[in-house]
Amino acid sequence: MSRKERSGRAGRQSPLGRVVRAGMGRKRVQTLVMALTTMTAVTASVLAGGLLLDSQGPYQRAFTAQHGAHLSADFDGSAVGAEQLAATAHVAGVTGTAGPYPALTLHPRVGAGNRFMPAGDPLDTTTVVGRPIDGPLDDLRVTVGHWLTGPGQIVLPDGDSPLDIGDTMVFPDLPGRPLLRVVGLASSVTGTADGWVAPQEIPALTPPGTVPQQQMLYRFAHAGTRAELETDRAAVSAVLPAQAMVGSASYLDAEQQANRTSGTFVPFLVAFGVLGLCMSLLVIGVVVSGAVTAGRRRIGILKALGFTPAQVVRAYLGQALIPAGTGAAAGVLLGNLLSIPVMGVADKALHSVTLGVPFWLDLVVPLGVLAAVAGAALVPARRAGRLRTVEALAVGRTEQAGRFGRSAHGLASRLPLPRWLTLGLALPLGRPARSATTMAAVVLGTIGVTFGIGLALALNQVQQGLSQEMPGAVQVMPFPAPGSGARPRLVTAADLAATGRALAAQPGTRSWTEISTARTGVAGHAGQTQVIAYSGDSSWAALQLVAGRWFSGPGEAVAPEAFLTAYGLHVGDTVTLTANGRGAPVKLVGEVLSLHNELLTGAGSLTPLALPVVPDATQFAVELRQGTDAAAYSDSVNRVLSRHGLTAMPNTPMISIVVLSMDTLATLLTLMLVTVAGLGVLNTVLLDTRERVHDLGVLKALGLKPRQTVGMVLASVALTGLAAGLVGVPLGILLQRTVLPAMAGAAGTAVPGVDLDVYGPPLLLSLLAGGLVLAALGALAPAVWAARARTATALRTE
Amino acid sequence: MSAPIIEIRDVSKTYAASEARPALADLSLEVAAGEALAVLGPSGSGKSTLLNLIAGLDRPSRGTVRVAGTAVHALGEAALAGYRRERIGMVFQFFNLLDDLTVEDNVLIPAQLAGVPKAEARERANGLLTRLGIVRHARDYPGTLSGGQRQRVAVARALMNNPPLLLADEPTGALDSASAAEVRELLGALVAEGRTLVLVTHDTGLAAQCATRVIELVDGRLTRDVRNSPVAVAR
Ligand SMILES: Nc1ncnc2c1ncn2[C@@H]1O[C@H](COP(=O)(O)OP(=O)(O)O)[C@@H](O)[C@H]1O
Ligand SMILES: [Mg+2]
Repeated sequence: MSRKERSGRAGRQSPLGRVVRAGMGRKRVQTLVMALTTMTAVTASVLAGGLLLDSQGPYQRAFTAQHGAHLSADFDGSAVGAEQLAATAHVAGVTGTAGPYPALTLHPRVGAGNRFMPAGDPLDTTTVVGRPIDGPLDDLRVTVGHWLTGPGQIVLPDGDSPLDIGDTMVFPDLPGRPLLRVVGLASSVTGTADGWVAPQEIPALTPPGTVPQQQMLYRFAHAGTRAELETDRAAVSAVLPAQAMVGSASYLDAEQQANRTSGTFVPFLVAFGVLGLCMSLLVIGVVVSGAVTAGRRRIGILKALGFTPAQVVRAYLGQALIPAGTGAAAGVLLGNLLSIPVMGVADKALHSVTLGVPFWLDLVVPLGVLAAVAGAALVPARRAGRLRTVEALAVGRTEQAGRFGRSAHGLASRLPLPRWLTLGLALPLGRPARSATTMAAVVLGTIGVTFGIGLALALNQVQQGLSQEMPGAVQVMPFPAPGSGARPRLVTAADLAATGRALAAQPGTRSWTEISTARTGVAGHAGQTQVIAYSGDSSWAALQLVAGRWFSGPGEAVAPEAFLTAYGLHVGDTVTLTANGRGAPVKLVGEVLSLHNELLTGAGSLTPLALPVVPDATQFAVELRQGTDAAAYSDSVNRVLSRHGLTAMPNTPMISIVVLSMDTLATLLTLMLVTVAGLGVLNTVLLDTRERVHDLGVLKALGLKPRQTVGMVLASVALTGLAAGLVGVPLGILLQRTVLPAMAGAAGTAVPGVDLDVYGPPLLLSLLAGGLVLAALGALAPAVWAARARTATALRTE
Repeated sequence: MSAPIIEIRDVSKTYAASEARPALADLSLEVAAGEALAVLGPSGSGKSTLLNLIAGLDRPSRGTVRVAGTAVHALGEAALAGYRRERIGMVFQFFNLLDDLTVEDNVLIPAQLAGVPKAEARERANGLLTRLGIVRHARDYPGTLSGGQRQRVAVARALMNNPPLLLADEPTGALDSASAAEVRELLGALVAEGRTLVLVTHDTGLAAQCATRVIELVDGRLTRDVRNSPVAVAR
């Protein structure tokens, strides 16, 4: 294309388009800020929205994607045959089946050479099913490793498997002591088994003289509620011999478990999403109305040249929407890119399939934000359209400040401070609306930072509180040291007593307690409950208290919310534990932080029940004296303990993937909020200094030094920053105190007040100063620009 | 006649944008203390540029500018600010008052920047405003004043730190004839007091009334330099 053609083309461009383009070209920095702000808003919203959707129905999505089964039922293999089971597909209401698959209930032990568990350690009772990876129902999704490829392999469910890829489990009770190696971890949305093997493995794993059970998987036409599922289950059971169905599990239990985790994500994502959206709207409003204000003179000239008011409005809308549209597009891209790693973490925590950001969200978010931009731009743009030409062209480049700004100047000039400082302090009051909006953006940024930091700290405190279930620096477990080669042996009550003596005698021991697990009944309720019994001094090992106090003698107990809810109890109530036809009343004196459904009490409380000692279910927790090395202590005390079949080992804190992913998200979203707030300040100060460039020139002509100029501009945001801190920090704390309990509630526990109290004086002071720092950072570049601007140019008459 | 207060040697000024034609070309000029120099010339001939160089608002591309022995062209930004504060009083065509400060606060600024004690500064401002006949507008905002009144406020502000050198760039350029006459009279009185003045103007009446010497610039070059005796100011 020749030059002439190009210029001809530009010449044909409508005058309106040229004005928009020229306006953007003249205000490059503001155009950039507008694009960046919109981009950040869209990025944060896409990410938060995507995560929200992602955490809202991960179970349902996985259920659909993996053809989940509504019910998994186990049948007595000696009572029904495969044909009979296959025929249940025709029972009314059944819409799909899979199986029958052979299933075994086994008692495995840890094999040799495992990474974390000592060989011979008993593993939980395991239901092993022989089946292919997929079938008509319940496709297994391999998350780590691979599916079964040869003999002697097993795949375990991802999430709560004690074994890792490459580890082995042995079955010492079975002939030939068969051994299975873990080759993969997989997820079943219905939680149909504790392990999967090839059907060919089943004969070798079947205890002599028994017949494997048969597992059938069902989908039903109506399976929304427990009642419907029970009807469906009964219908299947009815066509088979009585007692043939020996057990069943419904998807509803798995769903409840899964949504409990995702539910904890929702409250804080909503908090960040709302903060981000409010903030970006404020900033966009400031940017656009600032562009109109700054363009007053230009508007006058345009109108003098014959532009209609409607054309002026359109010119200003275009000036806002073009960079905002570019920013929105970039934001969608960035949000989707970021969603890959971020959602990966969240999905790992949720054990769900990553689907990414849904397409409709990629459309709705930018369109919504652009509509908001247009709305925010329309108000000042119409103001520009109505502006009278003579007013706009009036001599005197700066707009007359309102009465507010004038009295502010009057007030500030009376302060016993240097003049440059007082001029700066009064500056934001010349445009009270803009300054207030900017302050609101900084307030939101400060809320975000205060909340984000408080959230992360409190989550870590809760995490630490939860880890108190395994207290102390050293743990003594009832099995031989891993890798020692020693065969596990039955630990006796005498061994336990000897361990207590050894711990008491060992230098470096500060306190120790013996923690054992028992199962008892609860008077007035069916089934059994788990009771954790502490012997010795347990006060140092107390769990964090939500209410009340730790138990202090026989007949007293504490419990977490899960237990209290399950039995309809409150702190202060007395509950009677039952076993062997005897009863032991215990009074609940406190509520503790724990996600488990169990009761915690002193061993003395259980004496009336005459429970048998189960040494296998006993461990010791040891608190060390200051300066004692846990590893050296363990080695030393193990010289005695190894004779009794127990092992001391340093207690390593566990890291929760859920807490980790929440921390990652909180950090990311906080950074984004801070960026938007900083950009907001940058833009406001830029507008202010641009508008004031003439006044600044005058002051410089009168002898204002460069450093005083920078100081003056920085002082103009000082009040904004300080006020933002004073307002934003308390609001952020309030938000933390609202959102965290909501998250905990979704997880099924209450939060101890001490865990929420994370804002110590040093942190509070830094957060308060944070608003100031944020404002100063945003103002620094325009301040330096103002100091550098050539005075002669600024004063030049147009 | 006393030693030169302004010494300009071989000064050229080229703005990057209009490199082809310098705004000032090899200009040399000396102004003695107590002189009132009027700079005439067509629009775009470099008059404001010259004034800005003397005021230290801009730097020459080549050459030196000395004012009362200070090498203005070599000063740093902070030092220039101090130089303007102490040595220079400036008056502009469009007044350049700060619209959201009162008349009094505008006038006080140079003293406040120079750290003059509050009471003394107020007294000085009051004296100047009284002398210039605008003291009753001390608490008004510049926007409410006439052009002549605003320019008198600007002059008061320029005189606040009692600078040895007064610079005025078309001080009557934006005024109606009545207001222009007010300002002419005021400047004439200042010159009669023996204050050094550099005055850029199109207004030949102003030059005739105030200037002891008139130069003319054309395309950044000195084309005329004559001494005259100003018309005595009628009291
Ligand atoms: N800041 C500037 N940038 C670029 N060119 C300038 C600037 N100031 C003045 N000029 C140019 O320098 C020349 C002299 O300008 P000026 O000194 O303002 O003239 P006068 O005051 O005599 O009208 C003119 O051509 C003008 O366009
Ligand atoms: Mg000029």
